[in-house]
Amino acid sequence: MNFDYSDDQKFLKSEARKFLDARATAKVNRAVLDDASKSYDPELWKAVAEMGWLGAAIPEEFGGLGLGHIDLCAIAEELGRVVAPIPFASTVYFFAEAVMLAGSEAQKAELLPKIASGELIGCFATSEGPGAATAASLSTTVLDGSINGVKIPVTDGDIAHKAIVLASEGGKPGLFIVDLATAGKEVLKTLDPSRSAAKLTFSGQPAERLGGVGDGIALMEAVFDRAAVLIAFEQVGGADKCLEMAKEYALGRYAFGRTIAGYQAIKHKLADIYVKNELARSNAYYGAWALNTSAPELPIAASAARIAGCDAFWFAAKENVQTHGGMGFTWAVDAHLYYRRAKQLGLVAGAARSWKERLVSQLERRNAA
Amino acid sequence: MDFNDTAEEAAFRAEARAWLQANAPKLNLTGMPEKEVLKHAKAWQAKKAEARYACITWPEKLGGRGGTPIQQVIFGQEEAKVGAPRGFFDIGLGMCIPTVMAFANDETKARFVSPAVRGEEIWCQLFSEPSAGSDVAGLRTKAVRDGDDWVINGQKVWTSGAHYCDFGIVLVRTDPDVPKHKGLTMFWIDMKDPGVTVKPIHQMSGGSNFNEVYFENVRVNDSQRLGPVGDGWKVALVTLMNERLAVGGATGPNYPELLSLARSTPSGDSSALEDQAFREKLADWYVQAEGLKLTRFRSITALSRGQTPGPEASIGKIVSANQLQAMSSEAMEVLDQYGILSDPELAPLEAGFQQSVMWSAGLRIAGGTDEILKNIIAERVLGLPGDVRVDKDVAFKDMPTGL
Repeated sequence: MNFDYSDDQKFLKSEARKFLDARATAKVNRAVLDDASKSYDPELWKAVAEMGWLGAAIPEEFGGLGLGHIDLCAIAEELGRVVAPIPFASTVYFFAEAVMLAGSEAQKAELLPKIASGELIGCFATSEGPGAATAASLSTTVLDGSINGVKIPVTDGDIAHKAIVLASEGGKPGLFIVDLATAGKEVLKTLDPSRSAAKLTFSGQPAERLGGVGDGIALMEAVFDRAAVLIAFEQVGGADKCLEMAKEYALGRYAFGRTIAGYQAIKHKLADIYVKNELARSNAYYGAWALNTSAPELPIAASAARIAGCDAFWFAAKENVQTHGGMGFTWAVDAHLYYRRAKQLGLVAGAARSWKERLVSQLERRNAA
Repeated sequence: MDFNDTAEEAAFRAEARAWLQANAPKLNLTGMPEKEVLKHAKAWQAKKAEARYACITWPEKLGGRGGTPIQQVIFGQEEAKVGAPRGFFDIGLGMCIPTVMAFANDETKARFVSPAVRGEEIWCQLFSEPSAGSDVAGLRTKAVRDGDDWVINGQKVWTSGAHYCDFGIVLVRTDPDVPKHKGLTMFWIDMKDPGVTVKPIHQMSGGSNFNEVYFENVRVNDSQRLGPVGDGWKVALVTLMNERLAVGGATGPNYPELLSLARSTPSGDSSALEDQAFREKLADWYVQAEGLKLTRFRSITALSRGQTPGPEASIGKIVSANQLQAMSSEAMEVLDQYGILSDPELAPLEAGFQQSVMWSAGLRIAGGTDEILKNIIAERVLGLPGDVRVDKDVAFKDMPTGL
């Protein structure tokens, strides 16, 4: 049995923590959060690129480090811990994963080295309004290599150079790579302003298909599976940080003549957070294993990682605010950075509600087989 | 990251599997009376001891194999597959005998360790009392010094296996004039002593898995004392520390059974499995159950790497017991009015869910209540302070009892 990070991965993780503790403090998040004109921190983005993290899972022949996905998971956990204000998920978990999954050799050779170097910010555009996108509901269309339609919201759509867009081509859903230089971009107000989002309007821009005709929904789900696992590690990192914050605050806060960390109401709350965090970590590890080995179990493993990750981070984030009492509701205390990010991460790869349905459908098939 | 054995582990697994196939008894234990099962279990334990599979991590001179914790886990996994009778010796070999080994004199160790390993003698642990459950240090069974002897009077409760055990370790109060933790002492006792009476407890689930044990003028020699007089609490902590890596938690029907039940139960024009509210809950239980299994894999990984497992194993019972109760209740909801039936001839899965809805209520209490387990996670894992102790500096005899 070898179901944990390796020593090398633990070393990578501890180096990542040191780096991010120094470079991605809450102040860095707040600089983006508090300034409506900022969508991300370009300095941190550059530094992360220099560390090679953007290409951690990209093969060496395409300019990456070729470390594999478990190493990327270790980095993701640390990025989640510090609620990093950079388009890492959009570019690495969605865009790069989609290219590695479905791209032609030419597309990989063109795009992956630019991602690894930090030159290319990518995004993944599927949503067109309230509710999850389906083949039947798609109104964005591609005709003769040109795309028309509106995607809303697209995380990092305002800063991305290219998007992978779900659109209908002759009535069949497909994924398309679109350069965003001339696309309409409207920055949107969101719950977590440290991660930006935009409304993208396409009016005849060139669109290059990624993967086969009609494969759009299946590919989107496959990309979501991969992103869900990686995001689950950000969620685990964030949830663990929330538990630490709540613990530290409770220990130092005195009420009724003693530290509130000694009251069972607080102790049991923190124990509940711990239990959820451990379940989320174990499910995330299984997802990492399935992703790294391209196991047929990936859709089920990713669903479980996603459901547990969403549950743990949201629970830890909201109970961290609660443990801080009135202070937790202030802008000055960092608890809300995690509260916001928990919701942001809980929705960007699709709501847990949809993943639960997806999981049970898979279990039904497995159970019938 | 993978789920494979190392080369040495694979070799040990193959060896264990081959030995089990050649030696494990082919038994159908379903419906067999406990006395019969016990007979088979003792024979099986003797066979394992002879082949050095009984206490794998113990030194060879104590009847063990001098093996590693991961070998113990692997043997346990393989043994579970062959359906051999187990469980009778876990408390004795996992908790009582290690306490005897840590605190008894050489003569006592020489007398007891080997027969326990071979399954000839079974041990029980006598700590809990009617007025000392979560607060076990508040126990009232007393031992009074009389020359070279001590005389024990009182009552223990929730003692697993007391009715078939030969010996036990018993925690008693030897000094009521000092605060509660300081007045305790540990002894080993002969369960066949005429002053010991064992009565089964009739549980709300209908069965009787535990006992009350009464002591009436049970005379033990001072040489049966384990550890110094007044040091019983420290000795008890050693006993509890020796609890084995918790591998199980709740057992009973799980999400696959619930899924099948819902699939075969009509609801409106289709089946209960089509109900969206049910599907969401099923997803949550799958994620929890798999999360627990995978958490155990993490602990086993630590053992495989020669490390001590982290505190993550502490979440097992609290999650699984609550989940079993919730899933069993949901199974009844799925069955609608038919859910009230607990007749194995009529209820699906031979009334497995009806049994577990009753049994799970006890699981949330046994071996540490949900509330105590949360305290333990908060204090030992997270490092939060203990509760305010109003009884810490009060002589035991002056403590309020509510009586």
